[in-house]
Amino acid sequence: MQSLLKKPQNPKYSQRMSHTLYCRCAYAQVISGPVKNARLEQLCASGEEFEAVPDLCEMAATRDPRLAELARRDDLRIIACHPRAVKGLFTQAGCPLPPTAEIVNMHESPSAS
Amino acid sequence: MPAIASEIATLLDSGNAVTVSADSYRARHTGNTPPAAGASTTATRSWKPWFPVIDYDRCTNCMQCLSFCLFDVYNVDENSLIQVRNQENCKTNCPACSRVCPEVAIMFPKYSGSPINGEPVNASDLSREKMKVNVSSLLGGDIYSTLRNRSDQAKSRFSTERSADKALAERKRCLDKLQRDGFIPAEVLAEIDLTNLPSPEEIQRRAAAASAKAQAALAANAAK
Repeated sequence: MQSLLKKPQNPKYSQRMSHTLYCRCAYAQVISGPVKNARLEQLCASGEEFEAVPDLCEMAATRDPRLAELARRDDLRIIACHPRAVKGLFTQAGCPLPPTAEIVNMHESPSAS
Repeated sequence: MPAIASEIATLLDSGNAVTVSADSYRARHTGNTPPAAGASTTATRSWKPWFPVIDYDRCTNCMQCLSFCLFDVYNVDENSLIQVRNQENCKTNCPACSRVCPEVAIMFPKYSGSPINGEPVNASDLSREKMKVNVSSLLGGDIYSTLRNRSDQAKSRFSTERSADKALAERKRCLDKLQRDGFIPAEVLAEIDLTNLPSPEEIQRRAAAASAKAQAALAANAAK
């Protein structure tokens, strides 16, 4: 357990209601490093609370119980890859995403191509 | 890259999940085994980052994947619904089952190409899949039966000119063709020990077992 840096408070944070999950997509160069880093920097700069995981595929493969907790939320925003794949991963892990879940596709980031 | 983002990226890349709050962050290691000093995390994890993911919005439960896969990756649940059951059996970088799926319902999120990587399926993807199904029909609708017949014919031919070297060369030619056609990635072929391939009988045994499972599941679904 670590608690390291102080981050600047962002007044917009308290207005934001969604719970953000960021996938680092390890093990493959499917999403380029600069795109993943840019998204991570944006999140850090936003001052919002978020959860970052090494690999959503790994969580689905190992049926990480955290996925079920996340899938129960109706304010979930996932920053990962193609929405069809993300939905499939949650379903395959036995915890389908609610229709309210928002999926941000890092493949479609401006610098992804 | 700002310091905090860089620190979080480093934690993530070494197998930690990180929860970031308004003024701090905390990390917990999520890997199955702790990363060894100096080793890449890829090499120290025990799960395989390659397995099929079924898009149940597209899947028609046709059992083509179950019938096709020789490695027992697929099976059905108690309701005869197709499932990825033994994902660790899946052959890294081989997306062959997704290519035989007539509905383009099988994804490999770590694959680079569309629509296997989960990109939306478009009309041309679907027509390409339908063309493959038609090819299957041209072969009599039962590829395995056709292969069995071919194998029987080959056996009678080989009885007069049996040669392990010739058989090996033939396998190599077939595998090279599959690679050229983009059906099997080069990295997968590189891992195959051509001197120790399963025999045609073993391949047929596995194919028959997979086909039987698929038929049983289809029959169970039809009886509902």
